[in-house]
Amino acid sequence: MVGGATRTKAYLKRHRNERLVALSFLAPNLIGFIALTVLPILATIYISLTEWNLLKPPQWLGFDNYLKIFVSKRFLQTLGNTAYYTIASVPVGIILAVFLAVLMNGPRKKLNTFFRIVYYLPVISSTVAVALIWKFLYADDIGLFSYFFSSIGLTAPKFLTSTQWSMTSVVIMSVWKGLGYNIILVLAGLQGIAPTYYEAAEIDGANGWDRFWRVTLPMLTPTLFFMTIMSVISSFQVFDQTKILTDGGPGFSSTSIVYYIYNLGFVNMKFGAACTVAVVLFALILLLSMIQWALQKKWVNYDA
Amino acid sequence: MHRKRGSVSLSEASGIFILFLGALSMVLPFLWMVSTSLKTYNEAFQVPPSFIPQVPQWGNYTEVLNSVPFGRFYFNSIVTSTAITLGQLITCSMGAYAFARLNFKGRDKIFVIYLATLMVPAQVTMIPTFIIVKWLGWIDSFKALIIPSIFSAYGTFLLRQFYMSIPMELEEAVRIDGGGAYRCFFQIILPLTKPALATLGTFVFLFFWNNFLWPLLVTNTTEMFTLPMGIQLFAGRFTAQWHLMMAASTMAMLPMIVVYLFAQKYFVEGIAMTGLKA
Repeated sequence: MVGGATRTKAYLKRHRNERLVALSFLAPNLIGFIALTVLPILATIYISLTEWNLLKPPQWLGFDNYLKIFVSKRFLQTLGNTAYYTIASVPVGIILAVFLAVLMNGPRKKLNTFFRIVYYLPVISSTVAVALIWKFLYADDIGLFSYFFSSIGLTAPKFLTSTQWSMTSVVIMSVWKGLGYNIILVLAGLQGIAPTYYEAAEIDGANGWDRFWRVTLPMLTPTLFFMTIMSVISSFQVFDQTKILTDGGPGFSSTSIVYYIYNLGFVNMKFGAACTVAVVLFALILLLSMIQWALQKKWVNYDA
Repeated sequence: MHRKRGSVSLSEASGIFILFLGALSMVLPFLWMVSTSLKTYNEAFQVPPSFIPQVPQWGNYTEVLNSVPFGRFYFNSIVTSTAITLGQLITCSMGAYAFARLNFKGRDKIFVIYLATLMVPAQVTMIPTFIIVKWLGWIDSFKALIIPSIFSAYGTFLLRQFYMSIPMELEEAVRIDGGGAYRCFFQIILPLTKPALATLGTFVFLFFWNNFLWPLLVTNTTEMFTLPMGIQLFAGRFTAQWHLMMAASTMAMLPMIVVYLFAQKYFVEGIAMTGLKA
């Protein structure tokens, strides 16, 4: 019996040690998680229900901020701008990427590596620096694009200084910058398609066009689904480009949701309202992802 | 089907042509930047524009260096990105190991909470984090730039998935020899997941090297600006001086482009593995 008790003691001790060891592994991570993720999320929700300029203590408003922003013209315009940005940039970005990646997936390995490196160059570059280059390209009268237009006898639109064009110009730059990232994802998807599918299609007499629509595209849908979700999420977070290219303007024509949060909080010191918009941003991202998740049954093919 | 080696079909040639056009549109803005950076003020505005500057104005670069502390921006960016990368690799790999291999109460429940926060965009946590940093008096310091970013739920999740794929038997051998969790972690897990760590590290470094919004919030003085903030400062001070702005952009981008060209494998291959976009 004595032996058994010692063994139990030893067992308990080892067990306690194991918990201590686990705690030592987890502690730095868990502290970071609580202090930098969980608490800030809860704090954002709390602040969104107050008015707070950081100088005086926050004043409780209940749901006033939420009621206000949904009738605020400015917020609705911001929402519209972000929706436009998403609808314009996500499909174009993905379709272009599929087109170019399929071309890049050929047998010429060296050439394809070269293309991959070049197309990925904008992705690794700082958005701020790249946006500054594009600001110069877009510049009225002196910009390179303006020159291209006039050299074929057209008047260039005011890319950044007109309310009709500002957001579209931001979209074009963003598609350009993100293209390489999307291409790499599609290439990875293409490499995952088993060659047997193509061999079978060939035996059935399918030409290149048929092979693309009947084999490549259906087999690529899981990749495309992932890309759509990620692209929509990152579209809703666009900020750097609009800050540098247009500063949200002219007027509020290119103010994105995140730019609006920045403006409300860090320019106008309305941290309560800024947190309200942040919570709405998160709710929108969650909702859109859930909708896409629900819709995936209709078009995503998981047979492979 | 049986084509001669080296021969190119018409469809293949047109494909390559399209890819070349696309590649040209990818590099053209960069070439235009470098070309403009070597022009005089008047040449930058010249219509029709010239692609090759008449006399390369290397002095533009010294003018940039003399007007803003560019060296300081490099230094701040290097320190910030390196510290965050190391911090995240340490906290994420250790936490991931605890979630993947160690037994403790509530492990799986805690992990589910981690997963739930993956969808929360950084902009949602940004304001309270800023307020905390302000309260602590950290504004305009490396602490403000670095500490709020040394943890990542995504990195923890990613590495945990990698650790789960490593066969248990390897660690059991160490355990039988009387080794503990630390020996397993340092002798088995870390060496085996070097590629995953390198990929995660590359992405974290790149992300924070280019990060703009957070430094915009927590730095006020030129002394503490990182490169993206430095470019913004420069662009604000030298409006319409496109030749100088392009010189500043070139200088800001060059180090990362050089690193990328040498280590492009890590940048490119990692995406498929992680789905991360820097």
